Amino acid sequence: MLIKIATDLNESDVTPCEIYQQRRRFLQSGIAIAGAAIGGSLLSPDVSAALQLGKITPGPFSTDEEKTPLDDVTSYNNFYEFGVDKSDPARYAHKLVTDPWSVSISGEVGRPGTYTLEDILKPHALEERIYRLRCVEGWSMVIPWVGFPLADLLKRFEPTSKAKFVEFETLVDKKQMPGQRRRVLDWPYREGLRIDEAMNPLTLIAVGLYGDVLPNQNGAPIRLVVPWKYGFKSIKSIVRIRLRGTQPTSSWTQSAPREYGFYSNVNPGVSHPRWSQKRERRIGEWRKRKTLMFNGYQEQVASLYAGMDLKKYY
Amino acid sequence: MQKRWLKPLVFIVCLLPLIILGWQLYTGQLGANPIDEVADSTGEWSLRFLLITLMATPLKRLFGWAWAIRVRRMLGLYAFFYAGLHLFTYLWLDQFFDWGEIWLDILERPFITVGMLAFVLLLPLAITSNKFMVRRMRRSWKQLHQLAYVIPALGVLHFWWLVKADVLEPLVYGVALVLLLGSRISAGIAVKNATREGCAP
Repeated sequence: MLIKIATDLNESDVTPCEIYQQRRRFLQSGIAIAGAAIGGSLLSPDVSAALQLGKITPGPFSTDEEKTPLDDVTSYNNFYEFGVDKSDPARYAHKLVTDPWSVSISGEVGRPGTYTLEDILKPHALEERIYRLRCVEGWSMVIPWVGFPLADLLKRFEPTSKAKFVEFETLVDKKQMPGQRRRVLDWPYREGLRIDEAMNPLTLIAVGLYGDVLPNQNGAPIRLVVPWKYGFKSIKSIVRIRLRGTQPTSSWTQSAPREYGFYSNVNPGVSHPRWSQKRERRIGEWRKRKTLMFNGYQEQVASLYAGMDLKKYY
Repeated sequence: MQKRWLKPLVFIVCLLPLIILGWQLYTGQLGANPIDEVADSTGEWSLRFLLITLMATPLKRLFGWAWAIRVRRMLGLYAFFYAGLHLFTYLWLDQFFDWGEIWLDILERPFITVGMLAFVLLLPLAITSNKFMVRRMRRSWKQLHQLAYVIPALGVLHFWWLVKADVLEPLVYGVALVLLLGSRISAGIAVKNATREGCAP
């Protein structure tokens, strides 16, 4: 069974189903007891994520702030594909099948194609990076992600000189993602980065958190983490990456262009039109704290925006 | 049907949302962001009570349930009570009584402006809800309390302007309000027609 991806991919771009599943079984046989792979995935949805993370080394840029408890990280999510309530993703995301999974890489790259998740991940050493996450709604968390720099991934596919922006898309499948039955946003969820933002060493492709594979509600099996931008920029459950010459339109920008700009950098000086962004509530804390410019990552990213009017390019 | 237990019963039932919310807060069932939950829940209950209050008249007219009118004042006061809790949650746990910020919020953010206006308009209604004021104000009391039609509209707008993309919930309240107000207009027309035809209203 292949996951339906609403794209212009040909069937021939994709690894044949049988071969793919054979491969999966081969990989699983080393780690799972016979029968557990089937029985386990029926009984407990979490087990269906057969991805194994292996060795994880501590990465750079980690904060030593207190981490948000795993329970909160996995139960308080904005993932409208599963419903608009923050508890909906934890409730419904078990329907998402993350294995098999494939990601198409297209546009201005030397090696376009559709790659299995294993192919995508294989050459990358996984790091743990403890990042702050600031939601545009005014709350924040500290999350120990597991992943690798997006730059390393993109470079493998040889972006051409015309590649100025990167566009990402989330899976569309109403059966697996019940929130997509309503057009709250124009599915598929789309996000984008400027190429220099994408290549910044802070920008992470995450496949896990708290040392384990990503729970479905957190964007399994593969997601983006851009810690100096509001959380909605960090697109989840990615099936498509396209390098392009022109600036893509994000789903939220399309939905409310005055409220969610392309850049959406965390900026206490630029209010959301309907609420202030000066402060935030760190999940688990009582009092609010001051929101930091670029979510505290000025040192790494301020130069990307030198000379830009961030009130205009919000 | 002068049931003595009616008002105490309604009093307790109307208090249940707060009791349940308090219990959930105490036992940690409100999730990762309990303060936002408290703010949302008290706000929604205020809006619900505003709409429930508006149901009294049509209930009596359609089904002859006179008891609905007898508890109407209490329902209205509960709307005020939950609105007060909602506002207090905002002033305390959202702004920590930073009056400068609060004032900026009122000026700059339409949903706060409208919410605050709704609360300010509720105040005179709550203050004049006692029998003494009803008697004393006579006709002007009735005029003043027609604000009960305006305030829930402000509440719906406040909710509508707050949500990010999914307007379904405020839409549901908005439709309920339109139906409740519409029932009054149609009833008014019916009474007028009946009077014109020479029947007693």
